[in-house]
Amino acid sequence: MNGETAAARALAATGVTIRPAGPDDAVAGVRPRWVALPETPDEIAAVLRASAAHDLAVVAAGGGTKLHWGAPPERCDVLVDTCCLNEILEHEAGDLVVHVQAGVPVETLARTLAGKGQELALDPPPDGGTIGGLLATAIAGPRAFRYGTARDLLIGITVVLADGTVAKAGGKVVKNVAGYDLGKLFTGSYGTLGVIADATFRLHPLPAARAWVTAAGTGEMWSAGMADEIGAMGAAVAGSQAEPSAIELDWPDVNGPCSVAVLVEGTAATERAQAVRDLMGEKAQVTDDPPEWWGRLPRPAEGVLLEIGTVPSRLPAVCARAFVAAGATGARPAVRGSLGSGVLRVALPREIGPDALAAFVGALRAEVGDAGRVVVLSAPEDVARGVDRWGHVGALALMRRIKDRFDPDRRMSPGRFVGGI
Amino acid sequence: MSDAVLDRLAVLFGELLPAGAVITDPVRLRTYECDGLTYHRAMPGIVVIPDTAEQISAVVRLCGEYGVPFVARGSGTGLSGGALPRTDGVLIVTSRMRRVLEIDLPNRRAVVEPGVTNLAITEAVRDRGYYYAPDPSSQQVCSIGGNVAENSGGAHCLKYGFTVNHVLGLEVVTPDGEIVELSAHDPGYDLLGAFVGSEGTLGIATKITVRLSRAPEAVTTLLAAFGSIEGGGEAVSAIIAAGIVPAAIEMMDALAIEAAEAAVGCAYPAGAGAVLIVELDGPRAEVARQFSEVERICRETGAFEIRVAASAEERAAIWKGRKSAFAAVGRISPAYIVQDGVVPRTALPEVLAGIDRLQEEYGIRVANVFHAGDGNLHPLVLFDDGVPGQGERAEAVSGRILDLCIEHGGSITGEHGVGIDKSRYMPKMFTEEDLDTMQLVRCAFDPRGLSNPGKVFPTPRLCGEVPGVRKGVHPLVESGRAEQF
Repeated sequence: MNGETAAARALAATGVTIRPAGPDDAVAGVRPRWVALPETPDEIAAVLRASAAHDLAVVAAGGGTKLHWGAPPERCDVLVDTCCLNEILEHEAGDLVVHVQAGVPVETLARTLAGKGQELALDPPPDGGTIGGLLATAIAGPRAFRYGTARDLLIGITVVLADGTVAKAGGKVVKNVAGYDLGKLFTGSYGTLGVIADATFRLHPLPAARAWVTAAGTGEMWSAGMADEIGAMGAAVAGSQAEPSAIELDWPDVNGPCSVAVLVEGTAATERAQAVRDLMGEKAQVTDDPPEWWGRLPRPAEGVLLEIGTVPSRLPAVCARAFVAAGATGARPAVRGSLGSGVLRVALPREIGPDALAAFVGALRAEVGDAGRVVVLSAPEDVARGVDRWGHVGALALMRRIKDRFDPDRRMSPGRFVGGI
Repeated sequence: MSDAVLDRLAVLFGELLPAGAVITDPVRLRTYECDGLTYHRAMPGIVVIPDTAEQISAVVRLCGEYGVPFVARGSGTGLSGGALPRTDGVLIVTSRMRRVLEIDLPNRRAVVEPGVTNLAITEAVRDRGYYYAPDPSSQQVCSIGGNVAENSGGAHCLKYGFTVNHVLGLEVVTPDGEIVELSAHDPGYDLLGAFVGSEGTLGIATKITVRLSRAPEAVTTLLAAFGSIEGGGEAVSAIIAAGIVPAAIEMMDALAIEAAEAAVGCAYPAGAGAVLIVELDGPRAEVARQFSEVERICRETGAFEIRVAASAEERAAIWKGRKSAFAAVGRISPAYIVQDGVVPRTALPEVLAGIDRLQEEYGIRVANVFHAGDGNLHPLVLFDDGVPGQGERAEAVSGRILDLCIEHGGSITGEHGVGIDKSRYMPKMFTEEDLDTMQLVRCAFDPRGLSNPGKVFPTPRLCGEVPGVRKGVHPLVESGRAEQF
């Protein structure tokens, strides 16, 4: 108990608001002992220094919307809640650049920027997540096809390392090749290298107009031929000169119809949408609003969520494999994804159970092979216990060396990431 | 490093590599003594020109065994001395690795060897309606391996981004000689993103998977002449404020125009204090509408002449002056320094005024060429190396320009890299903590500091052992679900 008391005292001595953790603060089922609420990067540093001195494991949290993603932490003593780091530090509209603290909700930032006719062209699922969480998970939305993902629009970052070092990389200009790009390293690192304090992004002007072209209800029953047909449609649109921003597939039930929807945005969006429609067939419809499923994660979100990334031409086969493999387990997956970027997300009910999930993931990994990834983004630990959530990683040895340098005592979100990093 | 060690290595390389791939003859070594930054020179100890990743791996392993530093070089066009060799080391030249290995149009990607030139990628797919987007000015000769090392940009990166946004996978030889695949598809840390732009300090790229882009349906290029640089700057701000992201917005001042005229007879409008080149590309309907808006903005902000390229030839004529600008200043000045700094776009007027003041203070002329859309300045600092003291004054002006960039929240390099040339400016832009943190990455890849040492960072860091203690067996290992850490 003495160690606990000393650690509590050290945390209290930081001057940062600290409260005892409750059951609602659990991270993938692991309950921390304290929740720290820093308001500045220096306060994060103070908490991390105290944690280092007392060998406390730390997990950073934003909106908590994806906190259950990845493996449960091996241990978690301090939850660093970034909710009080919620300032938009600088938005120079003329430079198309914004500097924000990690705890700013994605939607809050979007509203502020829209006031100036600009946007951060990232469209993660609209679930209340923060900028920090968006970066830590590197979750991408449909428009990644045109704008890239968080790593492509991030131009500067401030991070706090396990020993309390505050470091920045990049800057506030879009074009900058001075020094290593730590922003890329921290993007998608699931909190295992340190805590992201703030970030600077390249912005885009809000598109003058948006139009969606949707081919809905293609077929009534799944078939492998239909997957091929969808793949061909996706390839045709992706290769068109109409500059589509996103090409999305929604297949909510193996026994029901699927839809393909394409977003065209910017000047002359309507004319360009017509050009896309010509590629998608006469049944496709042009609308000013997205289909209701657009940009959301497939349901049931509280079950198992997988993400598959591969070359676009492999998606039809992967999709077919997912339906066949799921059929063998009796589970009915919901599939949604980006045909242009080669990303599929598959949701399964938690009732699938650990054995069937392991078989399902194994079948998809065999299908994808070296040409991509099959990751269990989220699953209750009792369902995922037989699965390596991240799968094979070619450069794992190098990644471990990175982790060893940044967090030698393995106290930052330990065990959550690839290979148990 | 003793000559005996290099002699021994040369013999061992000779056994590993094909005939003619190991160079030790001083006359031939001289070819490699500098890259595009010619005022830094060093004779390499040994030059090797391998054909395969396996050969590079074997060379790198031997370097490690003997503790000899190595430097990679593509076409040698870099402007920051990133490929400056080491007298006590080995220069690994990728110029024989020039194969386009795979073109996969359905997935819009190609796999190429590092010695393939930037333009050769586009040429391989152009007739099928695709191209490789990043377009550094040296694209006819620069290698894609060098582009990866430098994270090269180009005039069109305003809309399309940099090398890092167009590289989907790499095969690299790490500084300990391992051949490792880094893929955008893989889960885990974005080592691909960390590697691109690391200037050869984290290893050598031996195979590169690049994104191919669909050629735009329409391209329109406009040249607008303004009385002053301020007028041009105002037009740039207004274009951005109108929500238009052109493929490129380039600006040249009167002195740069004069040089380009002397060199290539670009025939830009007479009497222009500045010219602006705006290129729009994309779907035809979009380009048409945005073009009329850009034209209107230019007129409203005081352009006295506007030319529009109606054909590929006319477009090339407009670009000719801009693309030749660096070399062209040689016509109006015996020597010059090409600077590469970045400022937030809104700070451009202040920084240009600052450069004007520096010209007066030091009695040194500066020609300004810049990627105006993203605030990337390429001031060309002119001097006569025959006049005592001018070189030093030019060097001082060049450095003060970087100070101006840093003061205004910008960067010491937008696309040329830090290399050997700017490592001393890194502590002005970054704190010791920032630089130490970056070095953690270096230490993970290259703990002995053998891969392109002395570049990027001002002081080498001793990596040492990884501190800390591992505690017991990880539960994932115990349960057989993960490999040993």
